[in-house]
Amino acid sequence: MEKMLLLGDEALAQGVIDAGMSGMYAYPGTPSTEIMEYVQRSKTAAERDIHRKWSANEKTAAESALGMSYAGKRSMCAMKHVGLNVAADCFMNSAITGANGGTIVTVADDPSMHSSQNEQDSRNYGKFALMPTFEPSNQQECYDMAFHAFDMSEKYQIPILMRLTTRLSHSRSGVAVKEIREQNELKLPEDKRQFVLLPAIARKRYKMLLANQEKFEHESEMSPFNKYSDGSDKSVGIIACGIAYNYLMENYLDKECPYPVLKISQYPLPRKHIEKITSECGSVLVLEEGAPMVEEMLKGFLGNCLNIKGRLDGSLPRDGELNPNLVIKALTGKDFSMTPVPEIVAARPPKFCNGCGHIDAYNVLNEVMKEYGDGHVLSDIGCYTLAALPPFHSINSCVDMGASITMAKGAADAGLFPSIAVIGDSTFTHSGMTGLLDAVIENTNMVVLILDNSTTGMTGGQDSHAVDRLVSICEGLGVHKDHIIRVTPLKKNHEDMVRIIRQEIEYKGVSVVIPTRECMQTLKRKTKANK
Amino acid sequence: MKKDIILSGVGGQGILSIATVIGYAAIDSGLYMKQAEVHGMSQRGGDVQSHLRISDKEIFSDLIPFGGADIILSIEPMESLRYLPYLAEDGWVITNNTPFNNIVNYPEVKDIETEIGKVKNHILIDADDIARSLGAPLSMNMVMIGAASGSLGIDFSKLEAGIKFIFGRKGDEIVNKNIEALRAGKSFSENFLKK
Repeated sequence: MEKMLLLGDEALAQGVIDAGMSGMYAYPGTPSTEIMEYVQRSKTAAERDIHRKWSANEKTAAESALGMSYAGKRSMCAMKHVGLNVAADCFMNSAITGANGGTIVTVADDPSMHSSQNEQDSRNYGKFALMPTFEPSNQQECYDMAFHAFDMSEKYQIPILMRLTTRLSHSRSGVAVKEIREQNELKLPEDKRQFVLLPAIARKRYKMLLANQEKFEHESEMSPFNKYSDGSDKSVGIIACGIAYNYLMENYLDKECPYPVLKISQYPLPRKHIEKITSECGSVLVLEEGAPMVEEMLKGFLGNCLNIKGRLDGSLPRDGELNPNLVIKALTGKDFSMTPVPEIVAARPPKFCNGCGHIDAYNVLNEVMKEYGDGHVLSDIGCYTLAALPPFHSINSCVDMGASITMAKGAADAGLFPSIAVIGDSTFTHSGMTGLLDAVIENTNMVVLILDNSTTGMTGGQDSHAVDRLVSICEGLGVHKDHIIRVTPLKKNHEDMVRIIRQEIEYKGVSVVIPTRECMQTLKRKTKANK
Repeated sequence: MKKDIILSGVGGQGILSIATVIGYAAIDSGLYMKQAEVHGMSQRGGDVQSHLRISDKEIFSDLIPFGGADIILSIEPMESLRYLPYLAEDGWVITNNTPFNNIVNYPEVKDIETEIGKVKNHILIDADDIARSLGAPLSMNMVMIGAASGSLGIDFSKLEAGIKFIFGRKGDEIVNKNIEALRAGKSFSENFLKK
């Protein structure tokens, strides 16, 4: 059969479509965005009327996917790793409610933080929630695991965590596809109280989850994705998780690896395989992309029973992505040589696009803030975070989605004046609205700038829930309508905007100023499409 | 047959169209292919690269090892130098010589060319100028593929077929302009290496 050329993200998307998914829910976030984009573009998804609209945030996405599972159909939600923090409440509890229709929680981690605030390893969430976790090592496994994950989800009535990492999400390769399956019919859970987590029921279901752990472990031992290959040299055994397996095999293209290798792509850890490799080999090198999770588990707190090497003993760096060179160095101790980057090569950080409305908005803000000095602007996550860099240096924080408004509130409560929040339109509807309600309730003395470019910009221009709704949302939350002011960030409006922001800083209460102008990228795309 | 290629440039310059054409040609030639690219933050005018791997055997790593690249194919001269750690000892740097200057501390062009000159195997090409002279300024990327075509290990006709496939729906004129650009890049390299 002819192969399709797909990114890891796209291979998973094609997999869930072919495995009979009825709905997908997601909020954009690098490196997970392309999963939903693929489903949205897919003709098959359209013909099958698969749900494929963006959600307001990861929590609403996870809950909607769980709701579809409750109704008996197969579903998936997808997000970047930090998105799982937002969805964690639903995620943790969904391990206890369990699933009805097969359901997958896909999380794309970003080790080395190419486009993120941290490099948390979502496998820890899988372990935390006691949920089976899949970690594909290549694009074909992304596709195949969609089928396997839905099957296991329905067999044990448990959601499945699917963990991808940047290099797999955004790397393309040939993928062989299977015959497409039917979707499930609408069918309510047999146990009508399965999803009612009142303490008495939750305690019972939690015991069921605990009792299932042994079965999950058995599934891992039998899994086609976990593979034990023996080797004659037992001085070292290698445990390679997810794509770390590829970095290992890259070093054995022309010769056979002499050491026993345990490839792991399904958790909980396959106990029998682990026992075999640790008992037969003198030492064990653990290769994992992200945190030293498996290494810590094997080592235990005292680390004195087995000779385990990895990120904790310095064989591999404690942080950042792996690569083939680091892996062979850890294995042989031999360093690798490479040509240095010539000194004249200058850093080229990302910046605002030409003509971007954020430039005009920050020029205004910088002029106003000259009066008050540095340190008054709490910001958020999106293209506008680039104003932390030169030449703007406009913002003083970027922590998590929505934190600009609530941090500005806390700082105002502490006495900071003026206290300014800068947030984007999509980030505002993701997690800014509830914080604004807190500020309204106390009439906190602060100014919120919602930079409205009418899209989710940094991830490539996905639909924003905020379009045409910002003013009514702010009014609905109780901001006084005289202090909700829309402006157009253009050079010619500079003086007006400076005056308005000054005036709102002087107003003792919550003000929202909304500079609104469409993202240059989406505008360009629309103009091109209309030609 | 195994070719590891680093594609580099600046976000928005379109290195992915190069990856698409070579990738199509590789698959069309019955080869394995893996191509890792950068999405997200750095697409906003930052430095971007793509690891393109082609082989007649199964490919494991999505990343090219340091010291393993056969070619650095860059559409911006300073960016070609950023990835030198990836270049194999006898690898080629093939780069466009038009700077994309969107930073305040961009180095002197002659210093960049001196550094490129230190690489044993290199081709420096004014792909923008060649594309403009053909009346197809947007085909600069295809000139670059042409310039590298001698070292790709893929039949030239497969690259032409790749262009036909990728640009086909835009009409014959666009296809022909791009193929012309591809050929112009090829003959530039051939002449460059004769010197």
